[in-house]
Amino acid sequence: MLALFKRDVLLAFRSGGGFGLALAFFLILVMFVPFGVGTDRAILARIAPGILWIGALLACLLSLDRIFQLDAEDGTLDVLATSPLPLEGIAAAKAAAHWLTTGLPLTIAAPFLGYLLGLPQAGYLWLILSLLTGTVALSFIGMFGAALTVGVKRGGLLLSLLVLPLYVPTLIFGALTVVRVTEGLEPLSPWMLLTGLSLASVVAMPVVGAMALRANLR
Amino acid sequence: MSLWEYANPVKFMALSGRILPAATVLSAACLFIGLFWGFFLTPDDYKQGSTVKIIFLHVPSALMAINIWLMMLVTSLVWLVRRHHVSALAARAAAPIGITMTLIALFTGAIWGKPMWGTYWAWDPRLTSFMILFVFYLGYIALWQAIEEADTAADLTSILCMVGSVFALLSRYAVNFWNQGLHQGASLSVDQETHVDNAFYLPLVVCIAGFVLLFVTLVLLRTRTHIRQRRAQALMVREAPH
Amino acid sequence: MPDLGKYAADVLSAYGVAAVLLIGLVLVSLRQGNQAKRELEAQEARLRKNGK
Repeated sequence: MLALFKRDVLLAFRSGGGFGLALAFFLILVMFVPFGVGTDRAILARIAPGILWIGALLACLLSLDRIFQLDAEDGTLDVLATSPLPLEGIAAAKAAAHWLTTGLPLTIAAPFLGYLLGLPQAGYLWLILSLLTGTVALSFIGMFGAALTVGVKRGGLLLSLLVLPLYVPTLIFGALTVVRVTEGLEPLSPWMLLTGLSLASVVAMPVVGAMALRANLR
Repeated sequence: MSLWEYANPVKFMALSGRILPAATVLSAACLFIGLFWGFFLTPDDYKQGSTVKIIFLHVPSALMAINIWLMMLVTSLVWLVRRHHVSALAARAAAPIGITMTLIALFTGAIWGKPMWGTYWAWDPRLTSFMILFVFYLGYIALWQAIEEADTAADLTSILCMVGSVFALLSRYAVNFWNQGLHQGASLSVDQETHVDNAFYLPLVVCIAGFVLLFVTLVLLRTRTHIRQRRAQALMVREAPH
Repeated sequence: MPDLGKYAADVLSAYGVAAVLLIGLVLVSLRQGNQAKRELEAQEARLRKNGK
């Protein structure tokens, strides 16, 4: 399982595909916001938490179909499925590798992009904390969506349609954490709900993801 | 004689063929009586005027939108556990009806909201939840259409329905958390409508019965369609080697 | 026709939208049902002719 995790991380770094692409997308999205809504500092600061969270979520979505698609196309997935490693483990390793190569870089990039949008001082710590735990949920839920659509040719759009509704609670709790702290309210309760959601996803999503993979490989 | 007997497609076809005409007549009658009663024979509300008549569409369709998803969850679980094809196909047959009900609830709600709240749309927890439910239905239907192999499609949509139900519930909770107290969402809700005057309550019950019966009729009809499609497909495969 | 007062347009449009959606759903379901029935019957007839 660890070897699979290492392999996926290495592959993501070498091909550059998901890794750089998600960051570039995040940057461009944040850059586009002032083009769309103007450069008024007050407005930008007010919408910054939401923009950063939605941007991170969409950037994460972008690389989801890579989790299984390449391995399914060249037959690696079939080999993995017949290996002694349970499919749940494979699903978990894949999601963890996705988080390390997408969620973590997005979290690191977010405060810098937040500065561009004039995010209030108090927001930075909680922006990092909320993204750090929240992107775990994004990766694991997304992995489930990728497992569902692994058999569909050009399933990128379908994947988005399936995964985005599942992202609703994560987005609400994540953005709310940052919004509340910038408004001077306590951010701990939405953050704890967010972290609980992430932990639950880590436990439950590999199980249902493996169910979906099994149905697809049969 | 157990309920599972009807999981056999042949038995299901025979039984549903016998029920269908009666269900059609009953649902048409209930809908006609309920809506006629509601539209023509109820008084105006002292506060809401004639807009109160929208309740006879809004409440039944909203109830059905949620309950159809629950029915799909149950039939999906039955498919996953006992692998009865009729069950999976019934879930498939119900989804388009559910999405129509969600649309009706959203549209009638919006039309009702304009004169009452002064706006067609507000990001009220209840409205937002229905919007989310609508997207869940869309994804479920899209997944059925995208996958060609029938059993795989049944498996995957059932898993999606199961996981989706948990997340729909979480979303409902999250949406409440996100927008608590900003809008008095319950001001037009069912909780209060149960206390309304009998003049509205009785036709409302008839309308709800009509919507339930309409759903039963349509789901039987659509399940029969899907069973026939499956059988035609199976025959085609048998024919192919020649 | 009952007197709907100043909300006539709202009430009528709500009933109109619901009627269009419901009737549309029923018609689509019926058409698909009939089509599936015809196709299955054609398929079965073809199989019988080929003596299987």
